[in-house]
Amino acid sequence: MTSSENGKEAMIQITDLHKYFGDVQAVRGVSIDVNAGDVLFVIGPSGCGKSTTLRCINLLEHPTKGTIQVGEDSHTFGAGHNMPSGRVLARYRTHIGMVFQQFDLFPHMTAIENVMEGPITVLKKSNKEAEATAADLLAKVGLSDKEDSFPTQLSGGQAQRVAIARALAMQPRVMLFDEVTSALDPELVSEVLHVMRQLADEGTTMVVVTHEMSFAREVADHVVMMDAGQFIEQGEAEQILDNPQNARTQSFLARFHGAAEIRGMAGAALEKEI
Amino acid sequence: MHYVWDFDVVLAFTDFWLKGASITLAYAFGTITGGLIIGVFAGMALLFESRKFPWLGAIVSAPIYGYVQVFRCTPLLVQIVWFYYALPVLWGASMPAWMASGLGLMLYMGAFSSEIFRAGIMSIDKGQWQASRALGMTYSQMMRRIILPQATRRMVPPFVNQSILQLKNTSLLYVVAVPDIMYTGSIIVAETFRPLEVYTSVAIMYFCMLFPLQRFAARMEARRDI
Repeated sequence: MTSSENGKEAMIQITDLHKYFGDVQAVRGVSIDVNAGDVLFVIGPSGCGKSTTLRCINLLEHPTKGTIQVGEDSHTFGAGHNMPSGRVLARYRTHIGMVFQQFDLFPHMTAIENVMEGPITVLKKSNKEAEATAADLLAKVGLSDKEDSFPTQLSGGQAQRVAIARALAMQPRVMLFDEVTSALDPELVSEVLHVMRQLADEGTTMVVVTHEMSFAREVADHVVMMDAGQFIEQGEAEQILDNPQNARTQSFLARFHGAAEIRGMAGAALEKEI
Repeated sequence: MHYVWDFDVVLAFTDFWLKGASITLAYAFGTITGGLIIGVFAGMALLFESRKFPWLGAIVSAPIYGYVQVFRCTPLLVQIVWFYYALPVLWGASMPAWMASGLGLMLYMGAFSSEIFRAGIMSIDKGQWQASRALGMTYSQMMRRIILPQATRRMVPPFVNQSILQLKNTSLLYVVAVPDIMYTGSIIVAETFRPLEVYTSVAIMYFCMLFPLQRFAARMEARRDI
């Protein structure tokens, strides 16, 4: 870890990240530090490169150019730099938990086996130890009664909570969330957000790509607005969400506020139930 | 038409039939097993990709792709005849009939198996690969724990179907005079002049071997839940 200017420890450092898909430049030179225990939200219109940026952090996408550092592990890409080997990448990713839009649970395993899989196969933990940890994590996400259910028997919200537990089982330094509520029915969103809020309160370092603006306002320490592959505005959550300076951020958020007012009453009613 | 059926002529050659049936089964079992092994390796070669050396993938998969297409797009009968009659001209030495036909059958099965293997792996959702990688699995851990367990379940029905076809295809051994059930039948017809009873019996024997396998395949197909 490296000390940043404000004295806090930077857990994630992205420096001048570029990503091309063929001739298309999805990410155009973005840089940001995320301090340990901070929650960064990345917002922006569809196709702006926010998911690609997130996937570059755990190197599911290979940056065309730039440096990615998580904890002590630093990788630099671009001319003159070798691609890290598969083994190095695998070890690097054990420190980074990721949750996806489509959950991507392993369908041939039960909920608890999904959570145990990483610790057993990757971390070489004993079956007993992995099972105890997995049971604790499923309890934490409120799914103790679903340990032996297969993914097809779970609702979207339950599946996504298992996916969060599966990522946490690796005891990652950082958690990445890629539009994790976008595939859920509206009434199942809050149970997933509830778990994420809990993680944020516990001091988990998180990077969250989302369209849930009210959740961002509530949980985020920092927000970056991304458009056309660039960070066009970044800062404290309140500053960006309530008082954006950039015209594109303003118009992007204005659309959300309009929609949020309509959903506001229904959302407040749901929140109370939780 | 009045025809007196006489199956005694069939039963009189029980020893021949047993030998023929065991040759048919041995060829089926041997070439299916051999073909499966070829198929797994050829399938892996077709899927091979190297992140570090992208050109390596093409070098490995191109000849395998050629092999698979040649054997899928030419008739098995032509392949067996070619190995037996044509290859020796090139090679300078003849190959025994049992070997030429076995080679043809095995490479034919291998070509189809490789496609079954490749398609089974490719059918696994992209999300499964990225979720495994995100957990920090190496390629071999991902294949062993996540991809292959799901893919093999999908490969079983097409593989059983291909095996059924393969057992039937062993009847082509006839053309190079390997004494399988079909060839045995033709010899007995030449002895007894009873094609109706003999060839009917040949058909029944194939049916009795394949019907249980067909039922098994149907049951596997029905198990879509797995």
